[in-house]
Amino acid sequence: MAETVFAPWTDPEAKPLIQFKGVTKRFGDFTAIDNLTLDIYAREFFALLGPSGCGKTTMMRMLAGFETPTEGQILLNGQDIGAVPPNKRAVNMMFQSYALFPHLTVWDNIAFGLRRETRDKDAINARVEEMLRLTRLTKFAKRKPHQISGGQRQRVALARSLAKAPKLLLLDEPLGALDRKLREETQFELMDIQEKTGTTFIIVTHDQEEAMTVASRVAVMDEGRIVQVATPDVIYEAPNSVYVADFIGDVNLIPGQAAVRETAPEAAEVVAEPAPEPTPAAASDPVPDTGKEAPQPNAFGIWLHDNMLKPILGERRAQAEPLKQLPPPAPEQIKAAPVPQDVPEGGVTITWAAGKAPLIAANGDTALAGEKVVLALRPEKVSISKERPDHPNILRGKVIDIAYLGNISTYHVEIEGGTMIKAQAANTRRLSRRGITWEDDVWLGFTATAGVVLKEDA
Amino acid sequence: MRRFSWFNVTSLTLGFAFLYLPMVLLVVYSFNESRLVTVWAGFSTKWYGELLQNEEFLDAALVTLKVGLMSSTLATILGTMAAYVLVRAGRFRGRTLFSGMIYAPLVMPEVITGLSLLLLFIGIGLDRGVLTIVLAHTTFSMCYVSVVVSSRLSSFDTSLEEAALDLGASPFEAFRLVTLPIIAPAVISGWLLAFTLSLDDLVIASFTTGPSATTLPIKIFSAVRLGVSPEINALSTILIGIVTVGVISASLITKRAAVRQAREEQAAVRS
Ligand SMILES: Nc1ncnc2c1ncn2[C@@H]1O[C@H](COP(=O)(O)OP(=O)(O)OP(=O)(O)O)[C@@H](O)[C@H]1O
Ligand SMILES: [Mg+2]
Repeated sequence: MAETVFAPWTDPEAKPLIQFKGVTKRFGDFTAIDNLTLDIYAREFFALLGPSGCGKTTMMRMLAGFETPTEGQILLNGQDIGAVPPNKRAVNMMFQSYALFPHLTVWDNIAFGLRRETRDKDAINARVEEMLRLTRLTKFAKRKPHQISGGQRQRVALARSLAKAPKLLLLDEPLGALDRKLREETQFELMDIQEKTGTTFIIVTHDQEEAMTVASRVAVMDEGRIVQVATPDVIYEAPNSVYVADFIGDVNLIPGQAAVRETAPEAAEVVAEPAPEPTPAAASDPVPDTGKEAPQPNAFGIWLHDNMLKPILGERRAQAEPLKQLPPPAPEQIKAAPVPQDVPEGGVTITWAAGKAPLIAANGDTALAGEKVVLALRPEKVSISKERPDHPNILRGKVIDIAYLGNISTYHVEIEGGTMIKAQAANTRRLSRRGITWEDDVWLGFTATAGVVLKEDA
Repeated sequence: MRRFSWFNVTSLTLGFAFLYLPMVLLVVYSFNESRLVTVWAGFSTKWYGELLQNEEFLDAALVTLKVGLMSSTLATILGTMAAYVLVRAGRFRGRTLFSGMIYAPLVMPEVITGLSLLLLFIGIGLDRGVLTIVLAHTTFSMCYVSVVVSSRLSSFDTSLEEAALDLGASPFEAFRLVTLPIIAPAVISGWLLAFTLSLDDLVIASFTTGPSATTLPIKIFSAVRLGVSPEINALSTILIGIVTVGVISASLITKRAAVRQAREEQAAVRS
């Protein structure tokens, strides 16, 4: 079989491992899960993201069998598991609270599940030893849970839930207590385990970076509902709502009024480009190497895009734009380039303040014209410089704050009207030699496709 | 350290004198050489020796021990089960009623408990003897056990049981392998408490006993009606000793276990 991208959710033939069908869970009159429908496929690494109390643990507990849905069905391999008790489900869960047995040693904790299904001592020994090695706990096997550190406890919980090699493993914030390095290692360990064993993982995390690293798909939840389910890059690059944009990563939200974009005279005079035909290798393509960086979508991808994602992403060609036109890494490098920007046509303009030039969003959905919208703009797509940059969208402002994050810096710039905009720039030079500092008047610029135009949340 | 004021000292002395003077007197007179209670004739342990010769007392002691062991064991099993259900079953209709009913015998006058049990035993035609006392003692001491055990259970992290189920244990295995070992100290101290209660119960035992079974408290009570003897004092002193040891070890076990468990649980559970 040729190397294919793992994306069973795009395959209408694929059978999901887990199906939530209109599942609602109420505690008294409080609705914790609200009419949730979701398919999760075998071998997925599915991440649940959402603020505290949005129902992530409740979802897991329904899968593990500790809660029964008030309404709706949960299917595992096509079978309703509503009546199956937790001890009969091929599902293991790593508890948010670890739930280690305090009276048993680390070894016995890990062996607990194995002993329930087999009496074969050798098999149990071998498996426990393997788990101990995997989680690097061999030295602590004889200790009780209160004699090891928080991170070690977390690993015991992980080892215990992995030991039975379940079909479905539920991880409720599995790595929260680990330091960054160990967390990253464990993340890769998890992905490795997943690859080796073919286990399906559902992971709850508060750490978006973690979700982005490990997950095949991410579901963003809010108050018992799923707001968006998509691959990490789509969630990041094309959030479907202000909520998702705001929840994932850092974002500038610029509210305004959308209008259908007139073919701007400057744009027309810059490049007389016809409406974006699907002809590849347009002359203006700023990235010459179209080999690996720009994979062409397959037929289904094209169909998906044209039928579903276009309103969000804009035209297909335009989608690749933000990736190719990342702002230059360092603000100092921005020259007053005479090369005109490639400004695609169409889209909307957003009036964000009276008397200011409206912002251009070439990827904006014209159906949003006349509506109150929000332009969601990632800080790394906003360039900052002392000279007026050559960008379709330009804002003036003053640096209020600079957050130095090592490899990059985030500049908090107050633009006219008082709105704060964050811009990020790579720190290619040493601190002392960087030109922009507090109170400086600066220019912010971004391309016509850098942002995502979203309908204002109700 | 704070100094005690004269007021504190006085009230403390008075309170403890009130509580313990009678018992101290009893213990002291059990070592009296003279048979007369009012005259101190020097230290002696001869009444303890004589006690060992007294068949009746020894029989009564045996009955008491038997009743105590059986009833406390039965009460521990039933009380633990009741506590488990009441704490775990969550909010079902009538839960408050049930828990209230379990605890009611704690405040019920013993005479009434004794009388109603007597009526029951007569009603079902049960011959009164060791068995009926065991049943009666189980009835009233089981609520003490369930109070002790349920207070431990309510601070027990349910996710431990869920984890056991999740790992494939049946509900009974989860209880036996996880819950029980963890709440064991509370169960043991419940047992000790039940045993002590059974040991010193007079009222209920005298209602439910028959001619074949006389417990120590009953024996002492009837002997005293013929006059206080130093032998009785010696016997009572021994009883006081046993009860004291029972109660103190029960509370020690609970306390030590509570401390250890708090530490372990805090460690085993995040946050
Ligand atoms: N047994 C219960 N009885 C009543 N309400 C409950 C119960 N369990 C959960 N809830 C409520 O359901 C909501 C969702 O809880 P849940 O534990 O799923 O949140 P979560 O998304 O896991 O949050 P966190 O990120 O803080 O772990 C919360 O508002 C919580 O108060
Ligand atoms: Mg949770």
